Amino acid sequence: MNLEFSPEENAFRDEVRAFIEENYPTDLPKRGLADDMTREEFLKWHKILGKKGWSTPAWPEEYGGTGWTPTQRYIWQEENARVNAVMPLPFGVAMVAPVIYTFGNEEQKAKHLPGIHSGEVWWCQGYSEPGAGSDLASLKTTAVRDGDDYILNGQKTWTTLAQHADWGFFLCRTDPTAERPQQGISFILVDMKTPGIEVRPIKLIDGGYEVNEVWLTDVRVPAENLIGEENKGWTYAKFLLAHERSGIAGVARSKRALENLRDIADAEMMDGAPLSEDFDFARKLSQLEIDLAALEITELRTLAGEQAGKGPGPESSILKVKGTEIQQRLTELTVEAVGTYGLPDFRSFEDNLANDNAVGPDYSTHAAPHYFNFRKASIYGGSNEIQRNIITKMVLGL
Amino acid sequence: MHFDFTEEQTMIRDTLARMVREEYTFETRHKVIESDSGWRPEFWAQLAELGILSAPFSEEDGGFGGGPIETLVIMEELGKGLVVEPFVPSVVCAGGILKHGGSQAQKDEHLAAIIDGSRVFAFAHAEPRGRYDMAFLETRAKADGDGYVLNGHKAVVIGAPWASHLIVTARTSGDVADHDGASVFIVSKDAEGISTRDYATVDGRRASEVYFENVKVGGDALVGEEGGSLGLVMQVADEAIAALCAEACGAMQVANAMTLDYTKQRKQFGVPIAKFQVLQHRMADMFMEYEQSVSMSYLITLKLGEPAAERAKFASMAKARTGQAARFIGQNAVQTFGGIGVTDEVAISHYFKRLTMIDSEFGDAGHHLKRHVALSRKAA
Repeated sequence: MNLEFSPEENAFRDEVRAFIEENYPTDLPKRGLADDMTREEFLKWHKILGKKGWSTPAWPEEYGGTGWTPTQRYIWQEENARVNAVMPLPFGVAMVAPVIYTFGNEEQKAKHLPGIHSGEVWWCQGYSEPGAGSDLASLKTTAVRDGDDYILNGQKTWTTLAQHADWGFFLCRTDPTAERPQQGISFILVDMKTPGIEVRPIKLIDGGYEVNEVWLTDVRVPAENLIGEENKGWTYAKFLLAHERSGIAGVARSKRALENLRDIADAEMMDGAPLSEDFDFARKLSQLEIDLAALEITELRTLAGEQAGKGPGPESSILKVKGTEIQQRLTELTVEAVGTYGLPDFRSFEDNLANDNAVGPDYSTHAAPHYFNFRKASIYGGSNEIQRNIITKMVLGL
Repeated sequence: MHFDFTEEQTMIRDTLARMVREEYTFETRHKVIESDSGWRPEFWAQLAELGILSAPFSEEDGGFGGGPIETLVIMEELGKGLVVEPFVPSVVCAGGILKHGGSQAQKDEHLAAIIDGSRVFAFAHAEPRGRYDMAFLETRAKADGDGYVLNGHKAVVIGAPWASHLIVTARTSGDVADHDGASVFIVSKDAEGISTRDYATVDGRRASEVYFENVKVGGDALVGEEGGSLGLVMQVADEAIAALCAEACGAMQVANAMTLDYTKQRKQFGVPIAKFQVLQHRMADMFMEYEQSVSMSYLITLKLGEPAAERAKFASMAKARTGQAARFIGQNAVQTFGGIGVTDEVAISHYFKRLTMIDSEFGDAGHHLKRHVALSRKAA
């Protein structure tokens, strides 16, 4: 056992740090609320990385991966978090792509992977439905075979950033008579410009538009867009969720957010002294730092296991639960730290996204919206209760 | 960066695991802790024979060539069996004091005897009014000719009834909580002027109040520099913290397994209670708490070689987090067992008691959170 990075790993850190410093676009908004950014802003860093060959580190090299070890990928995440980088979105890179290169055919790989790698093609995820949240397998959207096509009908929801999407991956019911609901589901790729698709934005708790309803009415999709076998979609869907969870801990980002919160606590005054000197508050900061350290080592242990050839297993559920709890506590504590200036709604100021006209310190502007928004973290990606079900099954064997 | 154990470390684990499994069943332990002496010297001799007591020491100190990771492996296994014998007091604390601060002559005489099991040490440091402040020393050592005279009262000295020798901290100068003036002595427990009140602890071990009344020791009893040993004591305390964290992990792992097993056996409302989601999620939480503790135990073990301030910060992080997890797991294990969980007859209640008391050794979660706050400020 040791925690040291090797000389090669340290050299790698220097290399990526230098690249980021030289190439990261400094004109991107730093606050990271979903509708803070245009499509092009979202994709800017992704496209630069695509040219460099670094946009999809975790992929197998033959499809455009970097061949980095899990430790190198961890370093990569850390270095990007240092500058609060707007990273490639997960829907293409980390969710559908692994399904395509693992279960897709050669045509599908050739058609879709390059666009995901380069950042030209934006993907969205058609999983949840109004009646199928945690019980995802109860989904009702249908795909009915009609000659060389499938005809899709139904409604998806919580589809993140579908307003920008070129393509979507959809779970649809292809066999309504299957014995178990999991058995009749297929995984289908859909061009979002196909007639019959309507994307309706949902206004969220923070006033922003991050997710959408996607209505599908007689949407005709070529049958060649089916991934793998018909009715085997649940297997691919679960595979994807395990991949989604492994990146969900967000340790590097939370470390950065904690530093940020410590700065806020130094700047805010309470009873004539910095808030950071108030023992009650400092203790909460320490508890967060401690929990974050435990999470970080747990993630490193998982990475080390991966490096030794073990895939992401049930421990990714721990990363999801603990990672999102910490993210939420960070946003909660930030609201506490900024005090009264958490109240003004930045959206009520003119040119609000530029932040110039808002009142109070800069760091207070988005504290409350972030907090409200981040309640999503323990709900998405398989709610934290579902993660406990997974641990119950996979670890406890119940 | 990796978390693998070497072949030797795995061998130590396997050997000790088998020994604890075979020779330290719950029934055997029960008899031992209720016996007059409260421990099994022959088990200690076996540990020595198998090289367990020598594992954390370098070859030049007469050891196996290991260090903190070997201690971690050993403590996890001892924790699984709720072993009461004094590995932390004698090997980790006294052994640590001698390893880091002892002269060659002291090592030759005492460390060798700790390793071969012929001498058992206890760590007489904490005091009745000192709580967890490592610098708090009312016990005094006054220069007297070539040697010193010790006076004072040491509190809850774990393993003292079984010890032949004590590592005693005493103040040679300064005020009660001064950082300067702390000295460390090796004292034979049968030295004139030492008296003890021996008792059982709630977690099945034995301890003593140790009183020093004009106890004379020679100049060769002093370890390290007169008045300059607080750093040494704090280093060893952090090493003891790492060991206790690993012990807690071993105990938590077994407590979780026992709880899971019980929920599969126990039926209510016509089904095994393992079927109830409220209990499943509780056990999932217990599992996560355990995993986070394992991470913290690795972290402090791997950071023991850092400079003092850094090391202390990691020790506090690990001890605080582990203390919280130990409490959570202990309480929820008992709750899941129901009424039988609060009886003496089931093992789980004994795991609960040990997990609870680990938090009260070398500083509890609250103390270490506070220390972390202070150390974070200094760093800023």
